[in-house]
Amino acid sequence: MGSADPAADRAGVDPGAFDPESAVWVRSLTSTGSDRERAIGRLHELLLRIARRELGRRADRLRIAGPELDDLAHQAAADALLAIVEKVGQFRGDSRFTTWAYKFVIFEVSNKIGRHFWRTPSVALDAEQWEKLPDRLGFDPDDQAEWQDLLAALHRAVDEELTAHQRRIFVAIVLNGVPLDALTARIGSNRNAIYKALFDARRKLRAHLDANGYLDEHTPRRT
Amino acid sequence: MNGWPALERLLNTDPQDTGCAEAMELLHVYAELVAADGAAERRYPQVAAHLRTCGPCAEDIEGLLAAIRGDFDH
Repeated sequence: MGSADPAADRAGVDPGAFDPESAVWVRSLTSTGSDRERAIGRLHELLLRIARRELGRRADRLRIAGPELDDLAHQAAADALLAIVEKVGQFRGDSRFTTWAYKFVIFEVSNKIGRHFWRTPSVALDAEQWEKLPDRLGFDPDDQAEWQDLLAALHRAVDEELTAHQRRIFVAIVLNGVPLDALTARIGSNRNAIYKALFDARRKLRAHLDANGYLDEHTPRRT
Repeated sequence: MNGWPALERLLNTDPQDTGCAEAMELLHVYAELVAADGAAERRYPQVAAHLRTCGPCAEDIEGLLAAIRGDFDH
């Protein structure tokens, strides 16, 4: 994977150069007494508003509604607030303070939705729904003669080429349709580690299918 | 064989893809560049490559953009 090198991009940032609104936020949140308490109260209101709006934006894809949705918004806002107050010293002024803060609550919304998935799971974690893969990918049953050898080769490659961990991740996400954040919550990992395992699995599977001639006919070769 | 585009997306990986950790670290910076039409993809091609294939991170930046654009409207 490539590197965006954020540290290099931030070198030389002067904390005194924050925009005025961000400077007020940081000064208030790092102060003491009533000024800090008022800032925390205002920040919580903002985060709750963003959490509700974000959950509303995603609501039609979730099996959550009403008071349960609002409860998740409160949880996300509260956890984001704690993280922001703890990390405010890490704010570098490379965006508005509120944009930086909203990022925390958006991540918490994703985290809460991932955890909530297992309250009413629609799939078993380790069930292998190979029979659903053609439909999941959009292959037409009438054309089965054209794709069945390829998907059989993919099945063999998953069984024989992937590590046990890569295989578990691939089966859960690709075959069973478990959302990545839900899998992260279930196995106590983090999004980056799961994504990296799936990335490596995808690369390995493509290389194997390519080397054995399964992709020549239909897809362009890529490095 | 109309499943090919989905299979291509599944199997193709971009060597520039920076992964979730760095994309999440930079998401607030990237989002403001996108909102300001500030050449986010050109400045952070590794993050752009990641956001093209990572569903959860793409969902998060959509949410962050909606949040800051709503904020700008007030």
